[in-house]
Amino acid sequence: MNRPIRVLVAKPGLDGHDRGAKVVARAMRDAGMEVIYTGLRQTPEQIAEAAIQEDVDCVAMSILSGAHNHLFPKVVNLLKEKGGEDILVVGGGVIPEEDIPGLKEAGVAEIFTPGTPTRETIDFITNNIKRD
Amino acid sequence: MDIRAGLLAGNKRAAARLITMIENGDPEAIEIIKENYAKIGKARIIGITGPPGAGKSTVTDKLAKLVRKQGKKVAIIAVDPTSPFSGGAILGDRIRMSDLNTDEGVFIRSMGTRGALGGLSKSVHGAIKVMDIFGCDYIFVETVGVGQSEIDIVKVADTVLMVMVPGLGDDIQAIKAGIMEIGDVFAVNKSDREGAEKTATEIEIMLDLNGMTEYRPPVKNIIAKDNKGIEELWDAIEKHYEYMVSSGNFSKRRQNAIETEILEIFKQNLLDKVEKLEKKGEYLSDLIKKVFNKQIDPYTAAIELSNILNKEGGE
Repeated sequence: MNRPIRVLVAKPGLDGHDRGAKVVARAMRDAGMEVIYTGLRQTPEQIAEAAIQEDVDCVAMSILSGAHNHLFPKVVNLLKEKGGEDILVVGGGVIPEEDIPGLKEAGVAEIFTPGTPTRETIDFITNNIKRD
Repeated sequence: MDIRAGLLAGNKRAAARLITMIENGDPEAIEIIKENYAKIGKARIIGITGPPGAGKSTVTDKLAKLVRKQGKKVAIIAVDPTSPFSGGAILGDRIRMSDLNTDEGVFIRSMGTRGALGGLSKSVHGAIKVMDIFGCDYIFVETVGVGQSEIDIVKVADTVLMVMVPGLGDDIQAIKAGIMEIGDVFAVNKSDREGAEKTATEIEIMLDLNGMTEYRPPVKNIIAKDNKGIEELWDAIEKHYEYMVSSGNFSKRRQNAIETEILEIFKQNLLDKVEKLEKKGEYLSDLIKKVFNKQIDPYTAAIELSNILNKEGGE
């Protein structure tokens, strides 16, 4: 079945910078994905609930405030609670190298730091979503 | 995941998955809808349409919150355009509905138009049915930002709310045919801006010219972002519903919707058969060549195609 991949692009936390998220969203659109863009300052609950209702294949979050170690794993856990354990979770933004292993351990599939070509993110999502 | 059981138990993930299956043309989804069809028809369907940037999402958000205060279960289906080039889309209506996200009694689903031109997605019919089976009392369907002729919403909604804003054009825009004719209730949003009264007056004048006697669509000035005029707007929507029911137009409109739907499905089935037929032998391609070479014309080609289809069955 030929279907577009659905991705929720979300900005958890309090920083108000969504330029990067918008650039990635636009690149995803151009790659044929359906991007649900939820806007700024979303709580993990809002993100997980939206992901369930929208039945997305992937949740892509961007964070610049430094709260990634707290917020990313929280979304992963909430998704599991809501029966969305098959939803791929990826993150991006200003994230120190040393935090990445911990985030992966917590269930974030990949972290894309500044300078990552959008193509790389898109290819990763395309190759790693868990549904046909 | 057991979608059938989940759907009836009020599991959002099951309902969400079923809508995805409908969007992707999964035949299993049609079976599930068939099994539950007798339950369908209880939800009220309110269409929200208007030009891009008029505030459709914000109005939807405020109306949904009002209805939630009455303890009703609400679904919102929000449609945004799909790129004709990549097939991708950015669905951004949820941005204006953030605090509805975590409300247990609200289900929001964003959809891309996926090639449909009438302001909706062709899966909207199916999504409405899923929400209805799911037990929603009100289903708000928000169209893409419309121009002048995207009127498919009138074929699915019991009440069409037209959201306008000041400053979009002169009064000739209001008397053109198309979207302005399908509003059951008009809202002039952003009424704190200059020209709001003028816009409302122009709509009123257009309605005067319609010469309608039995029901006249009301025009409400609102400021959705400040929640101003929302209760009056909802009253107007309720009054339209009461009128529809008492006049018998409610069942008439629903029957029209069913007619449209049957014919759409019929057309789609026919096209699917042509596609299957094409895989067997290149009938359509041959006809195209013949028309291109002026051996026959497109009218004759269409008749020949249906003759072939009748003979071959398209199976």
